[in-house]
Amino acid sequence: MKWSSNPKYSLPYILFFCTLFKTSAFAGRIDVYPLNKNLEIKEAIAKAINGDSIFIHSGLYRENNILITKSIHLIGVGNPVIDGEHNNVTITISGRNITLSGITIQNSGHSAMNDIAGIRCIDASDIHIIQNKVLNCHFGIHVSNSEDILIQNNEVVGTPGAEQNTGNGIHLWKCNRAKIFSNYITGHRDGIYFEFVTHSIIQDNKSYTNIRYGLHFMFSHNDQYLCNEFRENGAGVAVMYSKNVTMEENLFYKNWGASAYGILLKDITDSKIEKNHFFENTVGIHFEGTSRLKILRNEFISNGWAMKVQASCSENHFNNNNFLANSFDVATNGSLVLNTFTNNYWDKYEGYDLNKDGIGDIPYYPVSLYSIIVEQFPGTMILLRSILINFLDKAEKAIPSLTPENLKDFQPRINKNTL
Amino acid sequence: MPKLILYIFRDILRNKIVIALSIFLFAVSFVLFNLEENSSKAMLSILNMALIITPLISMIFAAIHYYNSYEFIELMLAQPISRKKILSSEFFALGLALSVALLAGLGLPLIIYQSGIDGIWLLTTTIPLAWSCIAIAFAITVNIRDKAKGIGTVLLLWFYLSLIYDGLILFTMFSLSDYPLEKITLGLIALNPIDLARVSIMLKMDVSALMGYTGALYKHFFGSVYGFAFTFGILLLWIIVPLFIAHHSFQKKDI
Repeated sequence: MKWSSNPKYSLPYILFFCTLFKTSAFAGRIDVYPLNKNLEIKEAIAKAINGDSIFIHSGLYRENNILITKSIHLIGVGNPVIDGEHNNVTITISGRNITLSGITIQNSGHSAMNDIAGIRCIDASDIHIIQNKVLNCHFGIHVSNSEDILIQNNEVVGTPGAEQNTGNGIHLWKCNRAKIFSNYITGHRDGIYFEFVTHSIIQDNKSYTNIRYGLHFMFSHNDQYLCNEFRENGAGVAVMYSKNVTMEENLFYKNWGASAYGILLKDITDSKIEKNHFFENTVGIHFEGTSRLKILRNEFISNGWAMKVQASCSENHFNNNNFLANSFDVATNGSLVLNTFTNNYWDKYEGYDLNKDGIGDIPYYPVSLYSIIVEQFPGTMILLRSILINFLDKAEKAIPSLTPENLKDFQPRINKNTL
Repeated sequence: MPKLILYIFRDILRNKIVIALSIFLFAVSFVLFNLEENSSKAMLSILNMALIITPLISMIFAAIHYYNSYEFIELMLAQPISRKKILSSEFFALGLALSVALLAGLGLPLIIYQSGIDGIWLLTTTIPLAWSCIAIAFAITVNIRDKAKGIGTVLLLWFYLSLIYDGLILFTMFSLSDYPLEKITLGLIALNPIDLARVSIMLKMDVSALMGYTGALYKHFFGSVYGFAFTFGILLLWIIVPLFIAHHSFQKKDI
């Protein structure tokens, strides 16, 4: 085999293989090790070409301001840690068809001026951020002006500070077709933040003990959030200025405080709230300026107020919900009622059902006199469960005079609705 | 004195009214727990019952008992026993009997149906409430010789404490709603043992509602260790002060 050692012959072979390699369907593979002084992640990215995979092996990498613009896959092997050393954005993604998975990113910079994040996507599309851990960052995952984003199975844990100095866990601004699945977010300002985000799905996430909202949702139309858990957040969940929002099978638990709500709905239209569970919140749902909503088959258990429906709401339909052991079922701030209540189960209902069709024969008035008194004079809360208050409520039920006469369930159920 | 307490205690039990009360409370709570599918609603009904029945029965029963044992007290006074000891024995025997009745009537169903911390809290506040109602009844009956007048006054006081007083608070809040009344209300609540017991139980059961608005303030106050000490301290005062008045009058009384 003399020919191979002859440079005269081998050069064309090498060139041939190189071109074959470059145009082939097989993507290149680059490995990065923590002790490899010659090859940092940044250099590996610089060397990579579109379609390459960079495997980052376990260990600690002290790097920040990593910029990814090529269509490459950054894959962690054995949970590598990238430590931003409190310096600016740790990883910035700006391109298309990029994957980031299995990496722990910690200690991004903090700033009150810029949106500094552990992972930041800007002007990107087809991005997959999967199974990462983002710890102690200002913003966890910050996405802006992007499309087709998948954020799945990430753990975003922040260090709670003052509200104005802490960033959001997963923050999306001006995005389209985002999918936020099965993430766990805690210790941030807002767990998940949506602004100008359309056609997106938030599903199976757990957002616990964030400083402000578990989910904060503004100007975001045609979105769905399903099967999420929002627990012990400073102010619960806020959904504002949006239309065509679907909220299904979420759990809202122990959102306690003077202005904490299971859900705060403000100026929402044409949306659906179905099969959610509200458990031990100060207010289950607060409705303000909402119209054409369908509130179906939800369960409200042991809340302070199950619902506060302001007089500014119209054409909302409350059907087949269950209200159990709430201190107040419904409170309102005026006498105008443009909403309908039918077929709900109220545990405080004291009517009868003579024809045994499962529907009470006399309507139920969910607004008690005392809830109106408390709305006007909050200090009277101290008289809750007083015998006098019981008498007043009974008297008002017999001869309604102060409670809005039209706010009533025409067909209250005798037994609980099956959800 | 222990001998005297035991003697009076046995006498009260022989009366059967305490046993009837115990059975009544037990039956009602048992039925409530069985009828209501969620136990928290049953707890609420039991709370309402406890807050109406306990003060009413304690006051009326103490008043009737005092008048009925007037001859016994006279007999005892002929013995070399101090007046203080006689009245104290009457008080402790009554308190013990009613505590046993409450424990059996309310405590048993609460334990059987595992109402947890709420149930324990209900018991730990209703029992001091019963003692304080007995003391209040004594303070009145010792001063009024006429039986009908005495019982009438006690009934009126019960009505005032459980209904009219709350009405007055509500009225005050309506008419002075422009002023910050939260702290003043706390003071007003302390001036009524029934209200105090109600607020302390309510804070355990309606926490979510109380976290809103001014509720948070009440919760902060009553929920803290300081508030806990405040509640029980004031309830204790509501036992000691009327008892002291009763003793004072009994000491000087021409029997």
